[in-house]
Amino acid sequence: MGIVAKTGNEAMAEAMRQINPDVVAAYPITPATEIVMIFAQFVADGLVDTEYIPVESEHSAMSACVGAATTGARVMTGTSSQGLALMYEILPIASALRLPIIMCDVNRAISGPINIHCDHSDTMAARDFGWIQIFSENPQEAYDNLLQAVKIAEDPRVMLPTMVTTDGFIISHGMERIEMLEDAKAKEYVGEKKAAYSVLDIEKPTTVGALDLTDYYFEHKMPILDAMKKAKDVILEVGRDFGKKFGREYGFFEKYKLDDAEIAIVALGSTCGTAKVAIDQLREQGIKAGMLKLRVFRPFPAEEIAAALGKLKAVAVMDRSDSFNTQGGPVFAEIRSALYGASNAPKVINYVYGLGGRDINVPQLKSVFADLAKVDKMPPINYLGVRE
Amino acid sequence: MSKLMNWKELPPCDQLGARTAEEFETGDWRIGEKPVWHPEICIQCLICWISCPDSAVTVKDSKMTGFDYKHCKGCGICAKECPVKPNKAITMERE
Repeated sequence: MGIVAKTGNEAMAEAMRQINPDVVAAYPITPATEIVMIFAQFVADGLVDTEYIPVESEHSAMSACVGAATTGARVMTGTSSQGLALMYEILPIASALRLPIIMCDVNRAISGPINIHCDHSDTMAARDFGWIQIFSENPQEAYDNLLQAVKIAEDPRVMLPTMVTTDGFIISHGMERIEMLEDAKAKEYVGEKKAAYSVLDIEKPTTVGALDLTDYYFEHKMPILDAMKKAKDVILEVGRDFGKKFGREYGFFEKYKLDDAEIAIVALGSTCGTAKVAIDQLREQGIKAGMLKLRVFRPFPAEEIAAALGKLKAVAVMDRSDSFNTQGGPVFAEIRSALYGASNAPKVINYVYGLGGRDINVPQLKSVFADLAKVDKMPPINYLGVRE
Repeated sequence: MSKLMNWKELPPCDQLGARTAEEFETGDWRIGEKPVWHPEICIQCLICWISCPDSAVTVKDSKMTGFDYKHCKGCGICAKECPVKPNKAITMERE
C-alpha cells in the first residue's frame, strides 16, 4: 500500500478492512458515519469476510457486538457522541464479560445544545466503563492505534474492549498523508483471534450475564481492574513491537520537547499538532516549552506521567470537555491527582477549551505558555476561547 | 452455598460454568406455602413440570416424582394449572 492520502475516517475504515473482523454491527452518526459506510462498501464488494449487522440504534449495535463477541468472534463497531451515549448502558457489560470489542470512536460534543463538532465530552463520559481508551493526533495514529488495539484488547492478560478515538471533523474529515501496511503484513500482524470462551462451545458450556448480588458482584469487578493494570504492560509491549516492525513506536504518551522543558502543556488528540507548532515558535524565542501528548487515557498511566512532569516548573492541562464539578476537566483531575504527593511537583493549572468544536489556534496555545510563565498569578481553572 | 471465593480464585476471564442456578437455593424465598403432591390422584400429565418456572418439579422416567423444595419458590403455578378434577393432585399448603 505504502503512502496514501486518507482522512481519519478512511484510515480507520482501511484498518478495519485489513483487520477483517468476523462481525461489525453499527449505526451511522456524524462524524463517524463514513467509517462504517466505507466498511459496508468493503463488505458489499467482497473485500472482507465480515458479517455486517445493520441495526436500528447504537444501543442495538453495541448489544449485537456483545452477543457476537460471546461466540468468540472478532467484533468491531464505530460511533460518536450521542451514538456512544446510547451505547453507555452496554459498554460496561462488554468489559465485565471480558469481550475485546474494538470501537472506532470519533470524539464529538454531547448535546445539548445540539452540536456535531469535536470535543471530548462523549468519550470522557465513557471513561469509567472498563474500556481501554486510546487517543489519536492524526489519521496516521488513528490507523496505527486501531491495528494495535486488536493486539492489546485480545491479549490473554487483557481481554478488555478498546476504543480508539479521533477528533470529529478535525481528524475524521481531515485528509493527510499516511503510511499503510501491506494487506498481508497487516493481516499477519493482527493474527487470528484466540477467544477466552465461546457460548457456541457445547463441550464447555458457560453462563453469560448471570445475576450477581451482594455476595459476588464486588469480586467480579476486581478482575476488570486487574486486567486494566496488566494492560499497561501490554500497551507498552505492543507499542514497542509496532515500532520495531513498522518504524513508528508508541507508548502511553509522546514527550514533545519535554525533557529539557521548564513549562509544558498536557493535551490529547488533534490539538497536539497545533501545540507542536506553538512550541516550535516559542523554542525559537528561547522559551523552554514542551508537551506531554497523552495517548492512553484508560488505563491512566499516573506514575509515568508524574515522572515525566516531575522536573517542570508549571504545567497546563488542556481539557476538551468539562466535568461540571466546578473543579475543571477530567484530564486535569487525574493529572493533578497523579502529581499530588510527588516531591517537587510542578504547579498545575487547567484550561477547558474547544467545546463544541470551538477552534484552538497557535496564538491561544502560546498564550497558555505565557500564562505558565506567571503561573503564581493564575487561577487554577481557566476557560480558553469562550466569550466572557 | 459453597464457600465464597475471593476474586483471585475466580476462573480466567471470570467465566462461570453452566447450571450455576442449581447452587443457588431459592427454596427459602417461599413465604409460608408449599405445593403438596397427591400421587394417588395424579394423572401424570406433566403440566406442572412444563409450567414450573424454576424446574422444581422432579421427574424420573417421564413420571412426576415430587418437588425440589430447595428451589421451589412457592409461586403456586403448578397447583393452579393442575387439571385433575374435582380435587387437584397438587395443593398449596401451610409450611
